[in-house]
Amino acid sequence: MSVDALLVQFLNGLAGASTLFLLAVGLSLIFGVTRIVNFAHGSFYMLGIYIAYSLTARIGGSVLGFWGSVVLAALAVGLLGVIVECLLLRRIYRAPELFQLLATFALVLIARDAALAIWGPEDLLGPRAPGLKGAVEILGRQFPQYDLALIFIGPAVLGALWWMLTRTRFGVLIRAATEDREMVGALGVNQAWLFTAVFGLGTLLAGLGGALQGPREPANLGLDLMGIGDAFVVVVVGGMGSIPGAFLAALIIAEIKALCIAIGTVHVFGFDFSFSKLTLVVEFLVMAVVLIWKPLGLLGKPSAASRNSSAVEAPLAPPDKAAKIFGYAVLVLLLLLPVVGQMFPYAVVLMIDILVAVLFAASLHFIMGPGGMHSFGHAAYFGLGAYGAGLLMKQFSMPMEAALGLGPLLAAAGALLFGWFCVRLSGVYLAMLTLAFAQIVWSIAFQWDEVTGGSNGIIGLWPAEWLNQKAAYYYLTLALTVGGVLFLWRVLLAPFGYALRAGRDSPLRADAIGINVFNYQWMAFVLAGTVCGVAGSLFAFSKGTIAPDVIHVGRSIDGLVMVLLGGVQTLAGPVVGAALFTWLQDAVAREFQYWRAALGVAILLLVMVFPLGVAGSVKRLLRRREVAA
Amino acid sequence: MTQANKQGLKRLALAAFTLAAFALTGSALAQSGPIRIGEINSYKAQPAFLDPYKKGMDLAVEEVNAAGGVLGRKFEVITRDDGASPGDAVRAAEELVSREKVDVIAGGFLSNIGLALTDFAKQKKIFFLASEPLTDKIVWQNGNKYTFRLRPSTYMQVAMLVPEAAKLKKKRWALVYPNYEYGQSAAATFKEQLKKLQPDVEFVAEQAAPLGRIDAGAVTQALADAKPDAIFNVTFGGDLAKFVREGNTRGLFKGREVVSLLTGEPEYIDPLKDETPEGWIVTGYPWYGIATPDHQAFFIAYHKKFNDYPRLGSFVGYTTIKALAAGMKKANSVNTDKLITAFSGLTFDTPFGRAMFRPQDHQSTIGAYVGRTTVRGNKGEMKDYVYLDGAKFQPTDAEVKKMRPAD
Repeated sequence: MSVDALLVQFLNGLAGASTLFLLAVGLSLIFGVTRIVNFAHGSFYMLGIYIAYSLTARIGGSVLGFWGSVVLAALAVGLLGVIVECLLLRRIYRAPELFQLLATFALVLIARDAALAIWGPEDLLGPRAPGLKGAVEILGRQFPQYDLALIFIGPAVLGALWWMLTRTRFGVLIRAATEDREMVGALGVNQAWLFTAVFGLGTLLAGLGGALQGPREPANLGLDLMGIGDAFVVVVVGGMGSIPGAFLAALIIAEIKALCIAIGTVHVFGFDFSFSKLTLVVEFLVMAVVLIWKPLGLLGKPSAASRNSSAVEAPLAPPDKAAKIFGYAVLVLLLLLPVVGQMFPYAVVLMIDILVAVLFAASLHFIMGPGGMHSFGHAAYFGLGAYGAGLLMKQFSMPMEAALGLGPLLAAAGALLFGWFCVRLSGVYLAMLTLAFAQIVWSIAFQWDEVTGGSNGIIGLWPAEWLNQKAAYYYLTLALTVGGVLFLWRVLLAPFGYALRAGRDSPLRADAIGINVFNYQWMAFVLAGTVCGVAGSLFAFSKGTIAPDVIHVGRSIDGLVMVLLGGVQTLAGPVVGAALFTWLQDAVAREFQYWRAALGVAILLLVMVFPLGVAGSVKRLLRRREVAA
Repeated sequence: MTQANKQGLKRLALAAFTLAAFALTGSALAQSGPIRIGEINSYKAQPAFLDPYKKGMDLAVEEVNAAGGVLGRKFEVITRDDGASPGDAVRAAEELVSREKVDVIAGGFLSNIGLALTDFAKQKKIFFLASEPLTDKIVWQNGNKYTFRLRPSTYMQVAMLVPEAAKLKKKRWALVYPNYEYGQSAAATFKEQLKKLQPDVEFVAEQAAPLGRIDAGAVTQALADAKPDAIFNVTFGGDLAKFVREGNTRGLFKGREVVSLLTGEPEYIDPLKDETPEGWIVTGYPWYGIATPDHQAFFIAYHKKFNDYPRLGSFVGYTTIKALAAGMKKANSVNTDKLITAFSGLTFDTPFGRAMFRPQDHQSTIGAYVGRTTVRGNKGEMKDYVYLDGAKFQPTDAEVKKMRPAD
């Protein structure tokens, strides 16, 4: 490859970096001030490109019209952000940490269906930017004028933000709030107004990023999830809340991608290695390396402990008599289900899925709630369990029973390895490292055709003869799920659980009384991973097929939603949340044409009615009654 | 003829048909309810293809039922959205079979879901018509006797383009494809077959872009830097639009031939509008220029019902239902074993002409149109196209036998 070619690829990388930076910088701002993990950021980006498309179709013919519609689209998206903040997020700032994630997840679902209803299913490629339609010759190659413009717009926005943050009163307030929100409030600044303004600015930037992409890619309904993934990676690699960091991260990621594409296929030792295939996962590789090397991202600073979330909850208590009786009653009903289920044959099928989801969510809750380790990549262990079982059966020709028993060991091994790295981090950084590992596992399953079947996955994984009847498999699932959940609860109520929780609430004090916090967290990670692997193995044989989507980030998010929906602070939370979410999804998908939006609205309603999660809020209600009585 | 007259005639025909069916089928009438078809697809994840697909199905069901149904029973289609997840697709299939008591299942868009349902059909011993998924494995490596596939496979579509590619007599080829099974197997088949026809061919660059996330500028430049004489493209949808725009701006296609899979399908060429490149050799569906009576009838009925032109998805949805109707008529039953026997070698009419389900691998012989792209007005279209019969673009029976497990 010539030097010229590399230089032009470097320019391509610069254009990509501007795009990534504009996409991500708003997310970083919002997180810095409000501590909201705004899952809907990619949706705002998507709306930006759609709105800009509609505007340019009307007024985009001239230079002024084009740039006018870009600015208008950004403003419209910013206004939408303000409305969302005022009507929705403002109500739940004091909910448990990460609870806002649920609300923004619901917004993702609603925004996607809204875009489908308004703009229709087809991809919409916008016109080229007037005045920048062609290419200029650089080193003997044609380089798009618009990309050159983008190369300047990114740093210009960075400069403007820097100026605003350092030279204006609003910027001083933002920086102060990033440092210590309570103190800013105590000094008489109207916090509500500040949060609204920052959220509006962040979403406006997302809208701007989207609108500027108009001439480069078609508006389509997949941009929301794509956008949010890229944005998170950039923000975390740069350091949450750091705007220069976001720019640096965008630059590094975009340049490495361009380099991988430029190198293409390389022949080493008789093997062909395709660097272009690496672009599937390269940003997550970068993120994993950066977080292992610098646990706060490239330019991140340790943030002051958040004082704005809800009060620390009381330690978990063993269930009282009433709760136990209720539990037994549920168990009896579950045991009877296949008998009464003759009339409702589908009930057993759905209940198997619910039980698998319950085990998945309970294992996530184990590290997320009492462990304080928010995993955004829990599907990795679910997937490793599923693939473990699948590979043992197909590649090693094991009987199904042995594959089911040994499959989860692959998840355990994965948790042992990844956990060792992850538990060194905390907060969002830990969450993103778990996500990075999950994406790496996903890409391996996706790419390694000969072993994992690639994107098609492994098929033909059916249970042994004696388990082939749905009822038989149901009882097996019920036994393993109930056993697994009770085991996790038992551990949480044992000294191990309390030590784990001590490490979450005060690592320093826990350390001082002789608790090896690292080891406790690591072991908790492995335990949760293994139990999650059991759920994965059960899943594989209940479906007969597994594909890489069992590891995909979508499943990890589903897990988070289940735990948060049920209530992260109770033992029953993940069980209730998993059952509710799985049932809702199944029912809604059948009844509504726009089922994503319907699911989103349902989640929003639950968020409003049960700000501590369903189980958490019910528990508080019961306790209040007791106190009143 | 007045509307009322038409209605009357229709009713008469319907009554006559019902009577005939009554006389013929006897036992089938014991089950008097409608024939229930369980249909599973990624409706909300792939709306650009599946919205028209659903419309095509609706039209066909309406036509079948207006003609009195099949075996004297009406068609009823029960659709489910699988959320683009194979696990959810299997759950939906279980629900359709156990609760809705459907007679057959159909559908599938994504290859992994198609394969999951293929295996489900084998496990539950139920008839499955895979309407849309392209992967070769559905009829070969993972094929089974319960599964039939309607749409031309990846292999067939590539095989239709390879002779055209060989005619170009270009030596240096570059490939770009989405990085998953469909793209990989299309690229592999293309290389293998072109090498056979043109042993001196060289493949100078290969770009595997993540699906939906192609870094089009860098990819375009990397391809140009390899100085190929011709390009084989497998990207589609949003990736294709980005690639085409970058390629046009950067002059990648100037003086180079491009052979491109699926690009002539309205779903993918329409969003390109005036950006559509000139002269690419593509497979597709030129609905604007197919003058056969079968297609005319389909087009007029579709346009009348939806006030829109059909996409390829419409054709696939429509033909799925029509093929099921033809097969059930031939089987004179909806019994799974009888259906399998009837579908093996079943000939049926489609808007593209008559086709058959091959007995050796249950693949239909529906073909595709191959032509060159052009811009007319400010819309992308195909020109100089011909319909290639899918029956002619198959591996030998011996090869199929080797790949496909015995029942």
